[in-house]
Amino acid sequence: MAEAAVQAGCRFFAGYPITPQNEVPEYMSKRMPQVGGVFVQAESEIAAINMIFGASAAGARCMTSSSSPGVSLKQEGISYIAAAELPCLIANMQRGGPGLGNIRASQADYFQAVKGGGHGDYRLIVLAPASLQELYNLTMNAFDWADYYRNPVMILGDGILGQMAEPVEILPYEPILELPEKDFVLDGCKGRKPRVVKTLILKPADGLIAHNEHLQEKYKRIESELSLCEEYQTTDAEIVIAAYGITARIAKGAVRMARAKGIAAGLIRPITLWPFPNEPFISAAKTASQMLVVEMSHGQFIEDVKLAVNGQCPVEFLGKGGGWYPTEEIILEKIESMAAASATAVKGKL
Amino acid sequence: MPNLTRTEVLTDAQTHYCPGCGHGIIHRLVAEVIDELGIREKTIGTAPVGCAVLLYDYFNCDIIECAHGRPPAVATGMKRVQPDKIVFTYQGDGDLAAIGTSETIHAANRGENITVIFVNNAIYGMTGGQMAPTTLTGMFSTTSQDGRGEHGEGPPLKVCELLSSLEGVCYLERTAVSTPKDVISAKRAIKKAFQNQIDGKGFSLVEVLSMCPTDWKLSTAKAVDFVNNEMKTAFPLGVYVDRS
Repeated sequence: MAEAAVQAGCRFFAGYPITPQNEVPEYMSKRMPQVGGVFVQAESEIAAINMIFGASAAGARCMTSSSSPGVSLKQEGISYIAAAELPCLIANMQRGGPGLGNIRASQADYFQAVKGGGHGDYRLIVLAPASLQELYNLTMNAFDWADYYRNPVMILGDGILGQMAEPVEILPYEPILELPEKDFVLDGCKGRKPRVVKTLILKPADGLIAHNEHLQEKYKRIESELSLCEEYQTTDAEIVIAAYGITARIAKGAVRMARAKGIAAGLIRPITLWPFPNEPFISAAKTASQMLVVEMSHGQFIEDVKLAVNGQCPVEFLGKGGGWYPTEEIILEKIESMAAASATAVKGKL
Repeated sequence: MPNLTRTEVLTDAQTHYCPGCGHGIIHRLVAEVIDELGIREKTIGTAPVGCAVLLYDYFNCDIIECAHGRPPAVATGMKRVQPDKIVFTYQGDGDLAAIGTSETIHAANRGENITVIFVNNAIYGMTGGQMAPTTLTGMFSTTSQDGRGEHGEGPPLKVCELLSSLEGVCYLERTAVSTPKDVISAKRAIKKAFQNQIDGKGFSLVEVLSMCPTDWKLSTAKAVDFVNNEMKTAFPLGVYVDRS
């Protein structure tokens, strides 16, 4: 992720040590000076995100990374950055919570990432990679989306992605969008009128209400343009699993095992968590007999799945927080029990 | 000869500051310095949360408005990305010495090449007169109604003294704007703090003791007396660090 950021032109990184993501600031502390960039070990998560606020307003591609408790501290700055419509990348390698929790993998910050976290009506573009290659690729894309929409982007990973090792092809960066000129940058007012980056808008009617409406229009545009999702064996699936990130990768193994046992299972894996890819769920709800949400929390992602499914299909749940993660076998067991219950129900009808 | 003409830096916006407030004088001093150094077109200011949040209404240069207490962190990001620009923060006592103490101390200790204008009026002005970290012992505020120090508030926090132990700091001076002599001295200090940044010498902070007649519940004349008689005793003026 750090090298992908460097490849994509990220030249400012500020962060604070927290497990399980220390490899990112460690790498950046060495790499940034090599490419003429800046690394600052901030005195706090709050300072780090505010350094990003300044660096972004100064025109740099910039990022910070952290893990759950640290991302909670960053929420103030994230709200300001979203309000000021500044581009940046924030990575959260989620760990067990609430509180100090533990340093095992978790997906319990879904609400915080997708629904807000900081104060006010704002949205982050939230990306959920399931492999290190995808993490690499999405990191490069994230900078483009951030610049294109002038909006902060969050990579919502977890402690497994943060700590695992697997081969990655280091691809050169190529922009995926035609990027607008950064006409908001504060670089001294030579030859132009002074610019202001601010979020205080005291007047309601033509001020803060209008600004909020402007933001909401932008979010609607993003929702209509950006939605990524992987579907695996869903065409004829009776039981469709919904999972994201590393959990989805485990679930894919469970789908294969179920298929080997003659159960028609499939998988929907959202890659963008916001915007949420509703369409695959709407389609699957019409064809599948049941859905199963698997996540490393006590049920956050499931709320968006249920909103998309809208009662058209029963949705079962398998998940726990605190550092629990599912194995392929645990998911398979759940699929088998769902398949058996379904068969019994069909028999009952006959 | 004193400069009696308008500065290029200040806009002609009507002031929102209360009668007798020191911000107007301090704005003018900062503006005169930016004018005299010829740096308006390469200067970026950071506005705090507090009475001076509307800095951008008065300053005819690029400004970024920050979350409460965060200007030194924002300025760090700004200056590191554009080392050839001049970045200053303008902060009150609540912003710099309470909610933003950490950002202040660490930016100072890193020796960030920025200029900090610290306006100390011993009170939270914008929110209506609550106790500040620099409220004097025994002083009334809406959250220390029996006088500071009666209920475990501790003594006032002295920023120049606190920061003077840090080896990364270039220049610290405490000034005031309560007499003509002080105003002249404050301008000299502010100019030096900007010149240090131009010369790449590192973190410079000028503390300015200032009047807040409204929240002190004093007449404008008595507020000046309060700075001269009470504040200068608690916060002695002078140069605390000069490594320039």
